[in-house]
Amino acid sequence: MIKAEQKPLEEILKYLNPYNKILLSGCGACVTVCHAGGEKEVGLLASGLRMARQKIGKKLEVLEATPARQCEPEFALELTETIEKVEAVLSIACGVGVQTLVRQFPKVPVFPGVNTNFLGETVVHGIWEERCQACGNCLLEKTGGICPISRCAKQLLNGPCGGISKGKCETRNEADCVWQLIYDRLKALNQLYKLNEIIPAKRWGLESRDSGLRRIVREDLKA
Amino acid sequence: MKAGSHFEKILEKGLFAVTGELHPPKGNNVSVVKRKGELLKGYVDAVNVTDNQTATVRMSSIATSSLLIQMGIEPVMQMTTRDRNRIAIQSDIFGALALGIRNMLCLTGDHQTFGNQVDAKNVYDLDSIQLVDCARTMRNQGTLLGGEEKIDGDIKLFIGAAANPSADPLELQVIRLAKKVNAGADFIQTSCVHDIDRFKEWMKMVRDQGLHKKVHILAGVTPLKSGDSGRYMKKNFPGVTIPDSLIERMDKARNPEEEGIKICVEQIKELRTIDGVHGIHIMTLEWEEKVRQITEMGGLLPRPKVE
Repeated sequence: MIKAEQKPLEEILKYLNPYNKILLSGCGACVTVCHAGGEKEVGLLASGLRMARQKIGKKLEVLEATPARQCEPEFALELTETIEKVEAVLSIACGVGVQTLVRQFPKVPVFPGVNTNFLGETVVHGIWEERCQACGNCLLEKTGGICPISRCAKQLLNGPCGGISKGKCETRNEADCVWQLIYDRLKALNQLYKLNEIIPAKRWGLESRDSGLRRIVREDLKA
Repeated sequence: MKAGSHFEKILEKGLFAVTGELHPPKGNNVSVVKRKGELLKGYVDAVNVTDNQTATVRMSSIATSSLLIQMGIEPVMQMTTRDRNRIAIQSDIFGALALGIRNMLCLTGDHQTFGNQVDAKNVYDLDSIQLVDCARTMRNQGTLLGGEEKIDGDIKLFIGAAANPSADPLELQVIRLAKKVNAGADFIQTSCVHDIDRFKEWMKMVRDQGLHKKVHILAGVTPLKSGDSGRYMKKNFPGVTIPDSLIERMDKARNPEEEGIKICVEQIKELRTIDGVHGIHIMTLEWEEKVRQITEMGGLLPRPKVE
């Protein structure tokens, strides 16, 4: 799931300064799960914005909507009538959702209300951690299902650096070294032999995130 | 001979090697390199030149190594993968060879958040094992990494890597060492050893796999200056472990500096007796003036001449 956090209210207010009537759009998918941009957060942020603007004597009208998935054009298009009534849109969906609105509604400014942080999982309620960087060539088979690309500060593929200490990362003592976790898991699975293989230099430039705009084309599904 | 360096010859002849370490200046002050170089010359077989260690900006390892060559000192150029992608790495290897550098130590490098440029974007296009493989490919196949393209010239490099026998889990450190050897490491310099029992345990695991016959292992030592400096290193240097008993001994010493040298010499003498240890790597951390005394007291002088 994509994880996000709401931007500071002052920053959002600055974006919205020139406008008197906006749409605040959330998203019913990932950002609902991480409590950053669901229907509940739309309601709370809308009230917060109205109050802040009232205080400075510059009333702001905020319409509210939470499409099921803002990143899908068919759901984004449900906002068409509402968007025609406003001067700008504040989206608290992820960065993908923001750009879906931008593509569908070329004439209205769209601003982000959250910072999109990472692809992660809920560790316990209220704590999320990064688990995937969408590198495009999954290595989890080699690493016991635990990802060193998203979870190692140096993205090392052949074991820990010399900075590993008592199973923790050299950059943050409270963070587990992912290579300790990989080692523990492979050992428990009796698959330590997997660590003997030298994983070659990764093809970041050709098949991964440094290849420029990444795109998937499925001929069988194309309209 | 893979590179024909003095350091390689010492090890290949089965002689006990001694290397030192020089930290380049935090600027372009060549006199610092000259001063530190003179303090090491004749007492060690080769001098490691660090590559912006602890992610702190210093004179480049290649330039500093080149200055040492001009002084008649053989460098071991350290190279980290933190700041260079594979294009820069291979280009720098060409340049280093052109300047007469023959030994290279392949490292991942301390994370940028330890240094004075914490906002830097890190590279880590390769890890240290992939860097060893890259250097070996260039030397043995005469091609660039992963490519068919022939290199114009001979890549004569003696390739090294690091190991940290004090890090947990020990078994994983041995797996890493084996990978480095399989990727093409000719020599290993360990991070500083303070817990000799632990190091012995690690070396036993290394010998059990026969790795000591495939690679020359140099045990790293660092003299402590005081109990406090030991505590500081333990707390702030990635991967450094110092037993509390050693720090206590330093705290109790009447002359901590002398005690630190004494401990270091004791460590060298003990490390030398371990089967599979082919040399000592002395990292004095800005205390180069003590290398003469340490090597003398450690019975490591005179350094042998080889043809």
